[in-house]
Amino acid sequence: MLDWKWEFTWTILPRLLEATGKTVLAAGGGFAVALVLGLVLTLAQRTRFRPLSVITRELVELVRSTPLLLQVFFVYYVGPQFGLRLSPWTAGLLAIGLHYAAYLSEVYRGGIESVPKGQWEAAKAINLSVAKTYRRIILPQALPPALAGVGNYLVGILKDTPMLSVIGVVELMHTANAIGAENYRYLEPYTIVGLVFLALSLPLAWLFRRFETAVRRKLGLIK
Amino acid sequence: MSYLEFLNTYGEALIGGALTTITQFVLAALVAVAVALVAGLMKLAPVKFVRGIATVYVEIFRGTSLLVQLYWVFFALPLFGVSLHKFTAGFLTVGLCFGAYGAELVRGAVASVPKGQWEAALALNLSPTRRMWRIILPQAFIIMLPPWGNLMVEILKGTALVALISVADLMFEARQINSATYLSAQAFGTALILYYVFARFTVTPLMRWLERSMARRIGKA
Repeated sequence: MLDWKWEFTWTILPRLLEATGKTVLAAGGGFAVALVLGLVLTLAQRTRFRPLSVITRELVELVRSTPLLLQVFFVYYVGPQFGLRLSPWTAGLLAIGLHYAAYLSEVYRGGIESVPKGQWEAAKAINLSVAKTYRRIILPQALPPALAGVGNYLVGILKDTPMLSVIGVVELMHTANAIGAENYRYLEPYTIVGLVFLALSLPLAWLFRRFETAVRRKLGLIK
Repeated sequence: MSYLEFLNTYGEALIGGALTTITQFVLAALVAVAVALVAGLMKLAPVKFVRGIATVYVEIFRGTSLLVQLYWVFFALPLFGVSLHKFTAGFLTVGLCFGAYGAELVRGAVASVPKGQWEAALALNLSPTRRMWRIILPQAFIIMLPPWGNLMVEILKGTALVALISVADLMFEARQINSATYLSAQAFGTALILYYVFARFTVTPLMRWLERSMARRIGKA
């Protein structure tokens, strides 16, 4: 390939691979936030208390239809204006976690709605509390149909972590930018970043599909 | 500074940015639709080589981040002798990225047109082009419109990233105002509302209307 410098590639590779660890960490952390917060948003939308469900519904729509980049800036800069200073990592994980929580809440909702109504009635008939009905009856059945969507968003969150570089989270993209600025060479770092993302996201999607099959087998849905 | 004063001072810059965002969105959407149609049909081609090209395109653009692609096109591509203006690089990359997602929608929709339609077209002795254009695509179009509605919102959100290669869109202006005034809640908050209004009350209703009117034209509503 024209103008590709292998020597330069080898010198920057260790630094980029180290930063890849940070990217994976950011994706994992953001995903953990999103998994939990997503469930909270789903349950808040399902309460009988109308104001709460309406406000949550609008919040989810707002988060889903505005750019993540803008939300990252918003979370990072608006805090200090009111005396709440967040580190780039905290703000980044919070923003990306909230963004994907809104998407995941839709996935969970679909899963919960796919549980037959008779299950609710049966749980009521044997006098289970609402919390117990969710935990022991509904959520385990809502999980398998929701898993594919969850997997898509796991890959999505990984690919969106570069946006955290704009508030100074030192992950892969941030490191590539720094290398480019130090050496006035952008071809190698950016190409490597692209390849690293390909090398991460394709196997991740595959692994999640295997995980999905394993869960279904465990729950006795397939042999 | 009250919020009204803020709007008075910076409203013009924000509206200018919003217009750039809309232009970027429309151009990126056009690129995405065109590329998705070509790549989606290529994925169904009988020749393995043609399918291979489309698969490589789709996997590369879906497997990497839009931001990485944007930086690559803007900073690395000039080294191959292709220098694009930032505005062009912006909508082109966003379009190519979401075109890859759209290609899967096109492929899925065309493949799910009932087989009898293909056979009937064959029985009527329609040429392959005519069969695709007059029989298959209109029906596939109806099938794929709802997911395209979601994709359109994703494209709109994707255009915010062009701010990072300094295209003066809404995101860019909000950031400028923020660094000049530190009125973060006002600057980013207003931009959030503008994006939200555009996505929820323009793009989505427009796509819904398109769904309804297409379904009516084909006699399914």
